[in-house]
Amino acid sequence: MTLTELNAGLAAPEMFLLGATCVVLLVDIFLKDHQRAITYLLSLLALLGTALITAQLVVDGREMAFFDSFVMDPAGRVLKLFALAAMAVVFVYSRAYLHQQRLLGGDYYLLSLFALLGVMVMISASSLLTMYLGLELLSLSTYALVAYNRDSPMAAEAAMKYFVLGAIASGALLYGISMIYGATGSIDLAEIASTVAAGEALMLPMAVGLAFVLVGVAFKFGAVPFHMWLPDVYQGAPTSVTLFIGSIPKIASFALVLRLLIEGLGDMHESWASMVAILAVLSMVIGNVLAIAQTNLKRMLAYSTISHVGFILVGILAGTAAGVQGAMYYTLVYVVMALGAFGMIILLSREGFEAENLEDFKGLNARSPWFAFVMLMIMFSMAGVPPFVGFYAKVVVFGAAIEAGYTWIAVLGVLLSVIGAFYYLRVVWYMYFESATVDVRPMRAPDMKFLVSVNGLAVLALGLLPGPLLSLIGTVLPA
Amino acid sequence: MASNFPLLSLLIWLPVFGGLAVLALDTWMPGRTGQRTVHWLALAISVATFALSVPLWTQFDRATDAMQFVEQVLWIERFNVEYFLGVDGLSMPLVLLTTFITPLVVISAWEVIKQRPAQYFAAFLIMEGLMIGVFSALDGLLFYVFWEAMLVPMFLIIGIWGGKRRVYATVKFFLYTFLGSVFMLVSLIYMYTLSGSYSILGFHDLPLGITEQTLIFFAFLAAFAVKVPMWPVHTWLPDAHVEAPTGGSVVLAAIMLKMGGYGFVRFSLPITPDASMALDWLMIGLSLIAVVYIGFVALAQQDMKKLIAYSSIAHMGFVTLGFFIVFAAFANNPQGSGAMLGVQGGMVQMISHGLVSGAMFLCVGVMYDRMHSREIADYGGVVNTMPKFAAFLVLFAMANAGLPGTSGFVGEFLVILGSFQANFWYAFLAGTTLVLGAAYTLWMIKRVVFGEVANDNVARLTDINAREFLVLAILALAVLLLGVWPAPLIEVMDASVAGLLEHVRQSKL
Repeated sequence: MTLTELNAGLAAPEMFLLGATCVVLLVDIFLKDHQRAITYLLSLLALLGTALITAQLVVDGREMAFFDSFVMDPAGRVLKLFALAAMAVVFVYSRAYLHQQRLLGGDYYLLSLFALLGVMVMISASSLLTMYLGLELLSLSTYALVAYNRDSPMAAEAAMKYFVLGAIASGALLYGISMIYGATGSIDLAEIASTVAAGEALMLPMAVGLAFVLVGVAFKFGAVPFHMWLPDVYQGAPTSVTLFIGSIPKIASFALVLRLLIEGLGDMHESWASMVAILAVLSMVIGNVLAIAQTNLKRMLAYSTISHVGFILVGILAGTAAGVQGAMYYTLVYVVMALGAFGMIILLSREGFEAENLEDFKGLNARSPWFAFVMLMIMFSMAGVPPFVGFYAKVVVFGAAIEAGYTWIAVLGVLLSVIGAFYYLRVVWYMYFESATVDVRPMRAPDMKFLVSVNGLAVLALGLLPGPLLSLIGTVLPA
Repeated sequence: MASNFPLLSLLIWLPVFGGLAVLALDTWMPGRTGQRTVHWLALAISVATFALSVPLWTQFDRATDAMQFVEQVLWIERFNVEYFLGVDGLSMPLVLLTTFITPLVVISAWEVIKQRPAQYFAAFLIMEGLMIGVFSALDGLLFYVFWEAMLVPMFLIIGIWGGKRRVYATVKFFLYTFLGSVFMLVSLIYMYTLSGSYSILGFHDLPLGITEQTLIFFAFLAAFAVKVPMWPVHTWLPDAHVEAPTGGSVVLAAIMLKMGGYGFVRFSLPITPDASMALDWLMIGLSLIAVVYIGFVALAQQDMKKLIAYSSIAHMGFVTLGFFIVFAAFANNPQGSGAMLGVQGGMVQMISHGLVSGAMFLCVGVMYDRMHSREIADYGGVVNTMPKFAAFLVLFAMANAGLPGTSGFVGEFLVILGSFQANFWYAFLAGTTLVLGAAYTLWMIKRVVFGEVANDNVARLTDINAREFLVLAILALAVLLLGVWPAPLIEVMDASVAGLLEHVRQSKL
């Protein structure tokens, strides 16, 4: 067996990232706390290198490696590049925050890089085992990240909850995988797909397996009723970790759904559509309604995430090419918005103080009109108000749903987005219509201020010119 | 001017970028001179926009109902969405109304707005561009983008510069209109799935069954009835008007309400003609309730802004009445001019109401700036201390009551005339507005303007200054001009109204 036989070149980005992370790990051991900037820079370099290799790796359609358990396709390439870019943004946002909150130590970067490696493996998974491998690498790293602030009881509690519930979900997923293996005799997703298409799969174990797999997927996505961990984890984790959890793993979750439900079990659309419909509707309802009651911004954004997951699932539910493209578009757009929103919370924090309560945003327009405006753009975008990019995300998923005959879901979805608009508006109202109760100012970190501004403007620019990203997704995810 | 010059784009983006420039200037040039420059820059941009919009009127081809000043560029390739602009006789006057009102709003705020004037001006300029976008967009998705985006600056205007209950009013305003609009979005997407493009003109020719038409009709109704607003979804308007700063009220009444009326002629009637015909009783009923019932409600108001807000609802009832009597008028007399009169009357009423209600809100603003009260009871005998102002106020009040010779008369008269050809009782009920409108407007005038000086505060009032005089005089001229010589305006929309009616008469079934 040689590397050529394995076609290992397709996994070059992952291998490079693994190697680079190990190098960062080794270097970090010898650094003192005041030298962590080196870890930070090396981590960014690792991301840059991985991104360059990924960009070089142009593939024409699906190319397989490691005996069909690893796939590289144009959609995967875009998702990976996007995850790498998002990771870089997360690092830039986190650096000053970690320093300021005295969360020194290079572990944050290392754990994040390992989690990212898990995300990339998941994106390229074409067998159930590869998928599980990536998922566990991601999950274990994030459990540790949530507990990163050892002295915070809330973080410890959140990590514990996350770990216990996550372990159960992993168990469910693994159980479902074993069922599917039993029903089809293969862990290779392409083979599973052809067995199902030929009608040779054992239907009962297949259906049971599918249900369990969906439980696992729903948990990772944070869809209702498997969302219980999400608000506690978002609130309890240090904001830089919430920033990570709230953004990049969503790309992985989308990849999981794409590889598993669409590519692997697409022929069973009828079987899983009703289950996904329930998840989507419940997530939209619970997420939007419960977010209204929140006074903690991180918690509010957690419920908002749940509702966005519901909207993404509407695209998946449609099951058509337009629906999957819409879901991918929504996912990427959501990542941009979530990065901006959590970035703003980080920007307004200072030593021993997190601007995580809604009240902390009161009167921001008076002190910092520009960043109030950035937050305004992100909030209106999340609410789905044009010309911001969140609007188009909703249009494409609802359009796909209507086209596939789920008009009632689209109507329900737009109604719930009106309910959702209220809590986003409340943030704007606090920033613009109220006077300040606490003196919160943006932190002094020019690199971060610049990037948050770019992030906010991206929400506007992608909204004014949504064409290119939509076309790109249309080409990498053909029917 | 070359025919392919992107005039409409210029009109949309000049104020938008101008607004951003105002914000930028405010950041880089704080202090006194900076503030003064901000004011002048905002004025210059709004006046320049108006000047640039004049060619729309002069170069407009009155003989055709086709779209003019068309710009068409592929915008979102994946969904065949186009950046497609153009105006016809129905939308061009509304674009001009927008560019005409905005400079007046800027001038009226000159020394009045002391809190963050740059943001105030920027919000109005950006909103101006977006509103022009609404009136000139010919692609459904583009239309929706402008339609919704416009809510953002208005939300801020009411919320930042409004009165005591501003947060309640602005959140109510936003959620109400947002709720109405999302149904329109669903039906736009639905029609896209049928026709493969978002072109509104394409939607006009899209064959639709009666069930589809009815659902789409109600979806549009949700969006437009809230904006107009029609009874019973009008309750956001009095709140928004009362709490909004003067400029906000002016734009809300003069332009934003017109979008609802415009929506009916651009979307509802041509896209769902059969559903419109089947449901015209509903629309006529709601319009008449607005005219009669809301007229009585206006009579009972103690707050001047609330009174004008309710009178706006009643006047907009005429607009929707004029648009939806067309079917009954056709049925009674296929050769008659009733339908034509109805739609023309509705359009003229929109323009006239834009001028008159804007002027009325400016007048209340003038008084509010001095007395910090909108209660009718706090005034009395204003004519003794503010004679010039009183003259303007009485003129606008007369126009509001529909006195012949003012613009308010023309629209109402045409609509009533058209209604006679539809059904006598429509006309009869609509005609009560001549009594009711006169009653609530003139009774307010009597209590506010005439009589003895009511109290020391009124005695201390100073008459309007040159700036206020200028704004009111321009509006007074426009009101009178349109009142005595409405022919040019009617002539501009003639071909388009005829084309619309021709289209509406053809069943899609």
